[in-house]
Amino acid sequence: MSWSIEPTLPEGWELVVGLEVHVELSTATKLFCGCANRFGSEPNTNICPVCLGLPGSLPVINGTAVKYAMQLGRALLCDVKPAVMARKNYFYPDMPKDYQTTQYEQPTNSDGEVVLPDGFTVGIERAHIEEDTGKSTHIGGGGRINEAIYSLVDYNRAGVPLIEIVSRPCLDTIDHAKAYVSGLRDILLAIGVSDARMEEGSMRVDANVSVRPVGSDELRTRCELKNINSIRSMARAIEYEARRQIDLYTSGERPRQETRHWDEAAGRSTPGRSKENLDDYRFFQEPDLVPLVPTAEEIAAIDAAMPALPAARRAALVEASSADADVVATLVERGQDALALAAIGRGADADKVVTRLRHDLAVDDFSKVSAESFAALIVMETSGDLTATQAKQVLAELVDSGGDPRSIAAERGFEAMHDDELADLVDRLIADNPDEWQRFVGGHEGDRKKMQGFFIGQIMRATKGQADGRAVADLLAQRGRSPANGSPGT
Amino acid sequence: MSALDTAAAVRAGERSAVDILDEHLARIARRDGEIHAFNLVTEGLARSQAESVDAAVAEGRDPGPLAGVPVAVKDNTCTRGIPTTCSSRILEGWLPPYDATVIERLGSAGAIIIGKTNLDEFAMGSSTENSAFGPSRNPHDVTKVPGGSSGGSAAAVAAGFAPLAIGSDTGGSVRQPASLCGVVGVKPTYGVVSRYGLVAFASSLDQIGPFATSIADAAVLLEVIGGHDPRDSTSIPEPAPSLLDVLGRGVDGMRVGVITELAGGPGGVEGIAPDVVARTRQAVAALEAAGARVSEISVPSAILGLSAYYLIAPAEASSNLSRYDGVRYGLRVDAPTTGEMNIASRSAGFGDEVKRRIMLGTYALSAGYYDAFYGKALKVRTLIMRDFAAAYEQVDVLVSPTSPTTAFGFGDKTADPMAMYVNDVCTIPSNLSGHPAISIPFGVGDDGMPIGVQILGPAQSEPTIFTVATVLEDVAAKGGAQ
Ligand SMILES: [Zn+2]
Repeated sequence: MSWSIEPTLPEGWELVVGLEVHVELSTATKLFCGCANRFGSEPNTNICPVCLGLPGSLPVINGTAVKYAMQLGRALLCDVKPAVMARKNYFYPDMPKDYQTTQYEQPTNSDGEVVLPDGFTVGIERAHIEEDTGKSTHIGGGGRINEAIYSLVDYNRAGVPLIEIVSRPCLDTIDHAKAYVSGLRDILLAIGVSDARMEEGSMRVDANVSVRPVGSDELRTRCELKNINSIRSMARAIEYEARRQIDLYTSGERPRQETRHWDEAAGRSTPGRSKENLDDYRFFQEPDLVPLVPTAEEIAAIDAAMPALPAARRAALVEASSADADVVATLVERGQDALALAAIGRGADADKVVTRLRHDLAVDDFSKVSAESFAALIVMETSGDLTATQAKQVLAELVDSGGDPRSIAAERGFEAMHDDELADLVDRLIADNPDEWQRFVGGHEGDRKKMQGFFIGQIMRATKGQADGRAVADLLAQRGRSPANGSPGT
Repeated sequence: MSALDTAAAVRAGERSAVDILDEHLARIARRDGEIHAFNLVTEGLARSQAESVDAAVAEGRDPGPLAGVPVAVKDNTCTRGIPTTCSSRILEGWLPPYDATVIERLGSAGAIIIGKTNLDEFAMGSSTENSAFGPSRNPHDVTKVPGGSSGGSAAAVAAGFAPLAIGSDTGGSVRQPASLCGVVGVKPTYGVVSRYGLVAFASSLDQIGPFATSIADAAVLLEVIGGHDPRDSTSIPEPAPSLLDVLGRGVDGMRVGVITELAGGPGGVEGIAPDVVARTRQAVAALEAAGARVSEISVPSAILGLSAYYLIAPAEASSNLSRYDGVRYGLRVDAPTTGEMNIASRSAGFGDEVKRRIMLGTYALSAGYYDAFYGKALKVRTLIMRDFAAAYEQVDVLVSPTSPTTAFGFGDKTADPMAMYVNDVCTIPSNLSGHPAISIPFGVGDDGMPIGVQILGPAQSEPTIFTVATVLEDVAAKGGAQ
């Protein structure tokens, strides 16, 4: 997780953001027909009378899409209820029926929440099922539909199942907006209902942005930002829009309710359709489909099969390790929480587990590191069988090739260098180098440091680097405090 | 010759399907110039189907229960590679890439698709006068309308162009023309016949139904086209009702109710002609004589059906007909921008009645008007369902006229849409409730034109209403409807 620095808005203003996230479900077929739900095919190859909306064709709902929607609903802690499909009527050439089949008054999922790593809770108003549209390419006229010389429409995407996840207007910072979108993506990937790729458009974010004076609870006129292609682009678009609105208010003007088109290259948004004459979509119940009524058994089965979700995984790791929230979030995001919990469960020291994972396992592929070997390694380190340096080397080899940390340590000659063995070595060295010892004991700070380096170097040479430098320093300090201050006790 | 007799003769190898086809084509050639039942006679398809049927019989295979029977199909039913126009300019030239489920089932039963019949544009009308290709004429009197919207199908059967026809009934569009043309017409329970491939007018009301010259022929056709279809989500997940076996059961002890409001009773619909009321009463008396227990039943909300229907049906139509935008198929009138092209295409492609209903429906669904119009109409629909459910606690079937009058003249009602809409007052309640109803010819009016009597029943009561209709058919055949 990247923790950016929150851009500061002008003094006295705060953000109010609600996000509408469209997610394409990764079903094999479309929402209402048997056509392949596939990205990147030749235009107009995954089509049939139903998804082309030909006269006389009728939709049949894809049961897997409904199940995926309910899974997502439960993962978002929504109420999953009987739902009714509805028609949203408006003309657009890439929408074959000139209405979109969606859910309106009775969505499948409502009233949920997503808990962000810092504990902030994002309210989910609804997560409803709907169909995607086709894709238009307008040739000439600046790519706009009514100025184009001609337009091409690809209906491969028409009828692809979507879930629209509508948050409440409760996001108060750009960081929370970013954490929410990446949190949603983590959930989608965890339950496996979407590949959630913003760059391919399988996850699309529209942001409703308004601002208000700090401390106020009013909801002012909002603008809807479209054409956001990444989390970074969303952050820039929201910041730009917030500043634009604050500038308007401070110069005595007011924003108009409108849809604005984000231009990532130019770093600004331009006004699209004005929403002053609100679109009238003439919603009504879709008469070609019957209501979707989930049974208690279906919901129970979904709950039973639900994998651990990021928020719960973070909570479990905090519970087991007492590590800081951001460290835990990082480990969960990397998918290392299971390894941590397993190692801790096998008796490895929690602090050491978290430290090694955080700093020494920041790699893409740690699949060869088993919980068992990782736990064994941490136990070896904490019991003094391995030094920190050795433990890191063994861990690196585990990442590359897996195996048993004990054998790796043995192969490398990282044999046990126990405390009493090391103490004997230190005592012998002091006896063999009385001048240096005196300079260590009696010298000023600089001499002492220098001589500590000398002794540690000697020990390292004698042990071929197997000794723990810190342990040597501790022994030297201890011997230096003994009453005789001279050569060690005989 | 009835459809059943024709199929029996073909299956037995006594008649050739091709010969039967040629007889019907000859009749069409002789008289359809005057009647205009057909938008298109599909002679090529029909001949190849007839040849296959004959070949099957020759090889000892059974072509099915409708072997060699010509069937006329309303031109809002998709036929692969064959124009399906809905009698609208906007679909001229469109060739569906697929067959409707009913077309597939007719083919599997050995039926011969003889042609596509004329209708009021997109099934909106009660006289076929709204067809973009000109009206059909009533075979009993060509100065009169055949009714609508399935007027072409009704006229085709009445004129002997085909023993059977397929229509669609959204507010009475099978039963009313059946009544005006003196043939049998059935609106099955919503969900008994698949709507897959029926070009939608009002999806929650549309139901495909048979036309025939006898109850038994209508029964066999419904048995063939009915039954669950996974491609229609509103299709009832059951096989087609078994009808032929039960036609002769009689009505002894059956409880029959006359709908007071639709049969000249107090507080009822005005404008139901006295001769029509008289025939309806006569039919009820005949049922009583056959052993039925008859009573008057008041269904107060039945008369509200008309108003509810003319909000719900246009509302759904306004959405269903949005897709005719000039982008993908059918008529396109070029214009500088996409939006202007949509408007130009729709303005040129749709007739006045279709435009009227699109505007009505758009208005009824609009924000600010939804509750007062569409929302209220849905409540009336619920009320009608409740009232009919209560009526069916007391009786097994209900009886009413099918149409308020016999066939009227061309132009008599085109100037006043409301006068035209009232034609559907007796038939609309069954569409709103989703229940089945059948219209059977029962005598003639003062003008000598056919009168139909309607038998209504609760959901999936087709076996019962067909049984009652058979009793009346026998009475009429014996001269009891004079
Ligand atoms: Zn398709």
